[in-house]
Amino acid sequence: MSEITKTAAPTASRPILKTLTPWIGFLVLLLVLPNIFSSNAGLYTMNLMGIFVIFALSYNMLLGQGGMLSFGHAVYFGLGGFMSVHFMNYIEEGLFTFPMYLVPVFGGLIGLVFAIIIGSFSTRRAGTVFAMISLGVGELMASSSLIFVAFFGGEEGVSGDRTTGPELMGIDFGKDIHIYYLIAAWVFVTVALMYLFSRTPAGRMANAVRDNAERAEFVGYSQRKVRFVSFCMSGFFAGIAGGLFALNFEIVTEENLNALTSGVVLLMAYIGGVGFFIGPIIGAVVFTLLQSILSNYTDIWQLYVGVLFVLTVMYVPQGLTGIIMMHTTAWRLKRVGGLIVPYIRIGIPALAMMAGIAAFLEAIHHVRTASEDDVMMSLIGIEFDSHALVPWIIIFALAIIGGVVTKLQYPQLKDAWETANKLPASGEGVGS
Amino acid sequence: MTAAIELKGLYKSFGPTAIIRGVDLAIEKGERHAIIGPNGAGKSTLFHLISGRYSVSGGGVFLHGENISNLPPYEIYRKGLSRSFQVTNIFPNMSVFENVRCGLMWAKDYKYSFWHLVDRERELNEKTAQVIEEIGLTSRMKIPAGVLTYAEQRALEIGIAAAGGADVIMLDEPTAGMSHSETDQAIELIRKITVGKTLVMVEHDMGVVFDLADRISVLVYGEIIASDTPENIRNSKAVQEAYLGAEAED
Ligand SMILES: Nc1ncnc2c1ncn2[C@@H]1O[C@H](COP(=O)(O)OP(=O)(O)OP(=O)(O)O)[C@@H](O)[C@H]1O
Ligand SMILES: [Mg+2]
Repeated sequence: MSEITKTAAPTASRPILKTLTPWIGFLVLLLVLPNIFSSNAGLYTMNLMGIFVIFALSYNMLLGQGGMLSFGHAVYFGLGGFMSVHFMNYIEEGLFTFPMYLVPVFGGLIGLVFAIIIGSFSTRRAGTVFAMISLGVGELMASSSLIFVAFFGGEEGVSGDRTTGPELMGIDFGKDIHIYYLIAAWVFVTVALMYLFSRTPAGRMANAVRDNAERAEFVGYSQRKVRFVSFCMSGFFAGIAGGLFALNFEIVTEENLNALTSGVVLLMAYIGGVGFFIGPIIGAVVFTLLQSILSNYTDIWQLYVGVLFVLTVMYVPQGLTGIIMMHTTAWRLKRVGGLIVPYIRIGIPALAMMAGIAAFLEAIHHVRTASEDDVMMSLIGIEFDSHALVPWIIIFALAIIGGVVTKLQYPQLKDAWETANKLPASGEGVGS
Repeated sequence: MTAAIELKGLYKSFGPTAIIRGVDLAIEKGERHAIIGPNGAGKSTLFHLISGRYSVSGGGVFLHGENISNLPPYEIYRKGLSRSFQVTNIFPNMSVFENVRCGLMWAKDYKYSFWHLVDRERELNEKTAQVIEEIGLTSRMKIPAGVLTYAEQRALEIGIAAAGGADVIMLDEPTAGMSHSETDQAIELIRKITVGKTLVMVEHDMGVVFDLADRISVLVYGEIIASDTPENIRNSKAVQEAYLGAEAED
């Protein structure tokens, strides 16, 4: 689980420019994106992405950096959302004046307060005990949200209006593009802060405690306090993400703090790769894309996400980022090019296999759910009769032949991989 | 002058089995003290009791006159006692550099700070690099500690323990499993880092023990049967009988 950035050289600090380059790139990307994806759907997706990026990174402060597996992280996200939507309403009612774009701060604060309360006992132990407590607290919060209707709004939740605050340079955040830039600004600041936290003594010791909690105690650190600090930070940033959710959607419901949302954030972090700082960012982006694109085409998109998750856990526990990082040796040896053709050779049959499997699932789904006489279904524009034999034969052929050819192509990829990663005989230090 | 470490009637049992059976021992400040004894005598257990890893069943542990029995390990560390482990106990996924830096941060008073950036703390990083230089791992600084060779991990183990500059350092079999030349290097290192400090160490290599120690205690079956200068220990009949006899039984 190496860090994405290397340890700084001991004596000379790294040149400022080199440190800043990725951040400048990130900023530019955030500014440019809405010009590329300027449709409403594009903005909608990117706004959700931004919120999930913060949420997933805050989650990884627990899982990846602190070694705490939480099943209840939505509590802080949801509470942040509810608190923020209430503040949006207070501002609307004129109880006090406060800029709307800073409302997520209140989300962060309530997340922090609850993290302090809950973390004071849940961080005593890591491992199973921590996981179970997080699950219990999550259930507790989800059920109390249906009891304390005044705060949680019961079944229908609480809604607000983000356009009612004092304007910022004539902008009232009524348009999607405005809220995009607002979220982008929050994303940039919070991602930077979370990254910086990982480089502080508290953040470094969180890694140490994750690695070897016992030894950390023999260099002066209480493992419990180290976890507690991370836990509080994590709650704070999750609350901010919740606040942005409230601003963006102008409604917060029980769903935002229940187990489903807690599961989603675990999924995002894990798919992206918990061992890397940028892992959850990639995970959040991929998850949001899958969610918003796949859900347009299929009812069973959650099944695909679930399969992706299971495959990740089984075959690439380092996540998607791990797959990318596997190529650093070949990259440094300038041999990545040699992998392109082998990847294509295995990629095409693999795609065929996946298409076959997906078509199989979709066809079954159609047979099971469509009405008796509605036998025609369509997949990527192809219409066919889900009750006839021929389409099924084609589907099976696609899956099986694809699978077999993929398997046959595996040795050549393995060879190419080994060639690409073979170190020069001199053994020049490529280890780090 | 109060002793650096004083054990008074120290007793430890796991369930019905007594492992440490009434140990009285005083280790003076600035002394290099070796604890020897046959396998399973309870040497590591004694270390665990002093450093807070195990709870004490009876008697007391005093550090510079202060009762530290049953304090958590981090409290004991903060009072100036640092230790290494017989079974290598490092942060395997973090770089060598970070391992040592973790051993330094509390001593440099960073505590649980989330407002310092470790990479920008010049003095901290320079001190870390210096410790790594001392343990001879400069060329391995950036790689994860988990992939070091065994001997390198042992050196790192000592480095983490000594980095913070605690005035009492306890090393549990620092040279276990090392080759001759590696052992010599390790001993040089231990000599260097413990100048002006109190050292307590468990060691099986008698050459090392007689060379390094000012005083030696012999622990057999949970009891100290002798505590004296190397000279007197070497010539002691009781030690030879009890220790060598027990050793022969293994
Ligand atoms: N946590 C424990 N629970 C039960 N018994 C233990 C525990 N720790 C140690 N013991 C027992 O205490 C005895 C002394 O163990 P200890 O590790 O202290 O010996 P040692 O002198 O360090 O031996 P070695 O030279 O092999 O390192 C052993 O018989 C061991 O089985
Ligand atoms: Mg031992």
